[in-house]
Amino acid sequence: MPDMVSLSRGNSQQFNTPYSENGGTILAVAGSKFCVIAGDTRKSNAYNNETRYAPKLFRLTDKAVIAVNGFAADGNMFVNKVKQQLEWYRHGHARDMPLYEIARLLQTMLYARRFFPYYVSTILSGIEEDGTGAVYTFDSVGSYERDTCRVAGAAQSFMQPYMDNQVHYRSQRSAHGSSRPTQLPLSNVLSLVMDSFASATERNAEVGDGIEIYVVLAKGSSVQGLEKVPGAQEMTATGDGERVFVVRRNLRKD
Amino acid sequence: MDHFPTNWGRPRNDAFDAYGTYPIAQRPYNGPKDTFETGVQRTQQPIVTGTSVLALKYKDGIMMAADNLASYGSLARFKDVERLHSVGNNTVIGAGGDMSDFQYIQSILDSLMIEEFTAQDGHSLGPSEIHEYLSQVMYSRRSKMDPLWNSLIVGGFKDGKRFLSYVDLLGTTYSSSTLATGYGSYIAQPLLRKAVEGYEDVLTEEQAEKIITECLKVLFYRDARSLNKYQIATITAKGVHISESRSMETTWSFAEGIRGYGSQTQ
Repeated sequence: MPDMVSLSRGNSQQFNTPYSENGGTILAVAGSKFCVIAGDTRKSNAYNNETRYAPKLFRLTDKAVIAVNGFAADGNMFVNKVKQQLEWYRHGHARDMPLYEIARLLQTMLYARRFFPYYVSTILSGIEEDGTGAVYTFDSVGSYERDTCRVAGAAQSFMQPYMDNQVHYRSQRSAHGSSRPTQLPLSNVLSLVMDSFASATERNAEVGDGIEIYVVLAKGSSVQGLEKVPGAQEMTATGDGERVFVVRRNLRKD
Repeated sequence: MDHFPTNWGRPRNDAFDAYGTYPIAQRPYNGPKDTFETGVQRTQQPIVTGTSVLALKYKDGIMMAADNLASYGSLARFKDVERLHSVGNNTVIGAGGDMSDFQYIQSILDSLMIEEFTAQDGHSLGPSEIHEYLSQVMYSRRSKMDPLWNSLIVGGFKDGKRFLSYVDLLGTTYSSSTLATGYGSYIAQPLLRKAVEGYEDVLTEEQAEKIITECLKVLFYRDARSLNKYQIATITAKGVHISESRSMETTWSFAEGIRGYGSQTQ
């Protein structure tokens, strides 16, 4: 999308578009008893880096984390409206909204603005009612599907193929006699996420500065090595059993 | 004389005077209005504009700076404009962009503060509330395709915490320890980042002022819509202080030696 300010005849500026692009990338991976959702923290605008830390990931419930990427003002407003809807649900139903319901809610909220869209790619990730990890991807007008691994944003074309290869072993032939592990453990997934963001930072100007990773663990699952990760903070708010952790790391700042 | 037989023998409607013989008081209509019916008017371009605003976090609080110029295109029209505005005793707003929209923002903020004051509950609006309010206003105006054409920096100090954030005509917001709008984001931001990043809790007021004046000087040399008359605001635990207008020394004598500039001819 072109920069919203254009200099036409003389010095007058024009309001060409109510949108702008703030760059950045988000990624989510679902495991059997956990899910990982990550995003870089850089916010840019055309050739400017506006800030090194602007969060794109938000904890909705103990089972769901949402990431919005695209035009950050729309993204933030959209997340606030989603949070308001979830709060009303909590009052009316005496429990948190389950993940698949949040996914459908996001579709209706996004489509309601079909003729003046929220200019964001959304990824919703968390733990389903049956305890499995899930990732739901949305386009800017609400079309969605459930996935295992998805990248959205500026470095999507860099990172999605890499994740397909490493998580789903696409385009790989296994060595004769060996078999591939069917479930990736959490520590592997975290390394993959860090590596893919580090690589994207090298090659894409809009990705960098820092990374924020949320890990949602299913009820009853062990901490799976998170206690060894330095700086992991717990953000669990209720006592239902699911747990949410956040980890922050630096990425290259240039 | 009522010509319509359907009205004969029925009660008279005093709200309607068919022949305009006397004025009838009308209650104002405050319900939903159709935008197109009232005639659409939208901001499409800024007219009288201010240039960069700079801000940084230092040890004691926030420091902001802006020059005193409001340009009318390429004309340096108004040279005594205050682009830093205090809101209560904890916040300062600095604005670049259209100055009439900024004056409107000042008036709605003043009304907001008065309304909050009349509640008399011991609470007052701090910088983060002002920023949140402004970002909602700016975003909703852009969603009506009628933006308030400003880039605003909101800086403040309340309850021991420093606050520094940006909001613009699209409703984009972000926060950082150094902020700059307009040309400042290209020219001053790298200088501010180099000097401040990592030292936010160490920089003294003198050091912060030195950094900011240096950036203002570079901006005056390079931004063709800037002025060497400026003000600096500090917000600390002691409250808001916006300085008087100051002038800065610049040297243009280098131009004499360059062919085509100065009085030298080829």
